[in-house]
Amino acid sequence: MKSDIKLITSEGKRLDGRGPEDIRKIKIEAGVLHRADGSCYLEWGGNKVLVAVYGPREAVPRHTQNPLRAIVQARYNMAAFSVEDRKRPGPDRRSVEISKVISEALEKVILTEQFPRATVNVNIEVLDAEAGTRCAGLTAAGVALIDAGIPMRDIPVAIAAGKINGQVVLDLGKEEDNFGDADLPVAISPRTGEILLLQMDGHLTVDEFNQAFDLAVKGCHAVSEIQKKAVIHKYQTIAAEVQE
Amino acid sequence: MTIVPIIKRDYITNLAAQGKRIDGRNFDHYRKIEIETKVVNKAEGSARVKIGNTQVLVGIKMGLGEPFPDTPNMGVLSTAAELVPLASPDFESGPPREDAIELARVVDRGVRESEVVDVQKLVVTPGELVWLVFIDIHVLDYDGNLFDAASLGALAALSTTIVPAKRFEDQLPEGHQKEDFPLPMSEPPISCTAVKINDFVLFDPCFDEEVIADARLTVATDHNGDIRAMQKGLSGSFSKEEIQKVIKGALDNGKEIRKKLKEVTSS
Amino acid sequence: MPNEGRQIVIPGQILGDMPAFKPGRGTFVENKKIYAERLGVMNIQDNFINVIPLKGRYEPIVGDVVIGVVEEASTSNWMVDINAPYPALLHVHEVPWEIEFADTEKYLNTGDAILAKVLSVDESKKLQITLNDRNLFKLKGGHIIEFEPSIYRRIMGKQYSMIEIIQKYTRCRIKVGKNGRIWLDGDAEGIAKVLQAISKIESEAATFGLTDRIEELLKKDAKDVR
Repeated sequence: MKSDIKLITSEGKRLDGRGPEDIRKIKIEAGVLHRADGSCYLEWGGNKVLVAVYGPREAVPRHTQNPLRAIVQARYNMAAFSVEDRKRPGPDRRSVEISKVISEALEKVILTEQFPRATVNVNIEVLDAEAGTRCAGLTAAGVALIDAGIPMRDIPVAIAAGKINGQVVLDLGKEEDNFGDADLPVAISPRTGEILLLQMDGHLTVDEFNQAFDLAVKGCHAVSEIQKKAVIHKYQTIAAEVQE
Repeated sequence: MTIVPIIKRDYITNLAAQGKRIDGRNFDHYRKIEIETKVVNKAEGSARVKIGNTQVLVGIKMGLGEPFPDTPNMGVLSTAAELVPLASPDFESGPPREDAIELARVVDRGVRESEVVDVQKLVVTPGELVWLVFIDIHVLDYDGNLFDAASLGALAALSTTIVPAKRFEDQLPEGHQKEDFPLPMSEPPISCTAVKINDFVLFDPCFDEEVIADARLTVATDHNGDIRAMQKGLSGSFSKEEIQKVIKGALDNGKEIRKKLKEVTSS
Repeated sequence: MPNEGRQIVIPGQILGDMPAFKPGRGTFVENKKIYAERLGVMNIQDNFINVIPLKGRYEPIVGDVVIGVVEEASTSNWMVDINAPYPALLHVHEVPWEIEFADTEKYLNTGDAILAKVLSVDESKKLQITLNDRNLFKLKGGHIIEFEPSIYRRIMGKQYSMIEIIQKYTRCRIKVGKNGRIWLDGDAEGIAKVLQAISKIESEAATFGLTDRIEELLKKDAKDVR
């Protein structure tokens, strides 16, 4: 089934018209929710993701507390209507796993030692899903954490690279995700280049992996610029609006 | 900026005694209502409703399945609500709690009993195959009055729903309509909610008002000015006069909201 | 005015090198480079680079005057919510009253508000507060509102200029806690005006000339009333 579908032309043109290294359109807005301590709305191609951050606040129940640092509890959740066939509401095995790897990635950049016994809750809601929701969610979480004033070493960012019809490409789209050969989501700390999240499924040669990995890191840096612009835009606008 | 809950009650009731509310509204006025439809590509219909700072997203998904044995000639409606922890520091993850279930059932009743969706037109093979309509309510930001926001969101989402017959053509019998078609709808009833705090009746409570409210009443009215659904909540009580007051306010506000809903869904 | 660049900085942003500069609040150091740890406005004072936060929870520092709300009274202490990530402990020895065993509820009960001072913050961020100072007391009546703790300095203004203006035009009694809480008492009109002013400060915290704009706002209202 995989090789039946032509996902990329010999000239390197993909189904949606992108070249191999082109990223889908990304739109980021910080501070969109009233109740949350920090929030972010992000559109990435056909993905729509909303993230709310609460905390740091005392972790309950008490046995979850770490006496030396804050714990980071990300919760990735897909809305029932975000996919083609309705998803049963609530957590399933997939969302629990994604929540875990995102929590661990965020924990690395948050200065958790400043808040012993506390928790930082990062609630990621996928409202519209079209390949790459975990990367979109983690990228939006980075912005929401800044908006909540959480101290961090860096702003985490993610993107997936992959392989379609034998060729390595950046930011898999819907059909590419379904019928491609491999998917490699990567999250990094762009300042230090540290890898925060790495998963792969499919089939890659070592050379292909290296190529895809480098492409993903390059993509992360590009997305990182969009993140930073969104935050600065939000807070500069507030400054500009009243400057007359 | 928020007012701290424990001390809040006095402040709100003192203001109310002077005919005022914390955000400057009249007792029977709604906050600004915004309705945006077709916001989720993957859903068959969708709407985002904002009432003040409260934000609700409703998505409609459809599928094919068996009808209920006692209604073989009707499509199936089902409503679920998620109070996801994104929306409030007090919402927790896990299975829906009674608040979410009450919310889903009140919206469900408003949609079902008013026959706003013509379920008889959703039958493919009587007794065997009918269209299933899933209404999923996703609360995004909780600043009070979820009932009205969710009901309005459900109506707006249903009004823009396209039945995905083309996608399901393999499952549809020979000779049956295989082109997509709009969900058959009739005039919707509009839900309006008021709360009672001491002896004051306030419409469209914001969060600060809702947490100190003694009683709550939701009234759904239709375009003929008739009542189509009611739900009283919380442990306080209403007098008959107060109920009349809520009905009148529900009719007046309902008219305005219906107009707004029509503007958005008919374009 | 020096140090008022109001340059907005974000986490991980490089702010300067050591030893030319020294790392101040809201920064961290890696390989002798100073970075911002959070969203804020950069401020350099005596070669110290600081990031004044624009958002975030209140982080208690010993000596801070805070407004607390009692959560629970036990036999020999109270747990008090001071808007920090953790509740603070108020021991019976740290109040100005002679309290007999298990008589704590007579003096302070759940929901009571107090003006207190942060007494200690230990390594695991266990907090203690005290009422033992003549400027500290139980707050009777009035209302408490919460604001973004990071704008405390903006609400006070230079040499208390902002808070004095607010007090002057609203005739409210106002106590501002460093923990993002204000206690106020006055007539409904005055309270409404304070709320209006605080909202405005909150949304325009990162801008110049705020004190003048707040005075204008309150003055304009004052005319309307008279």
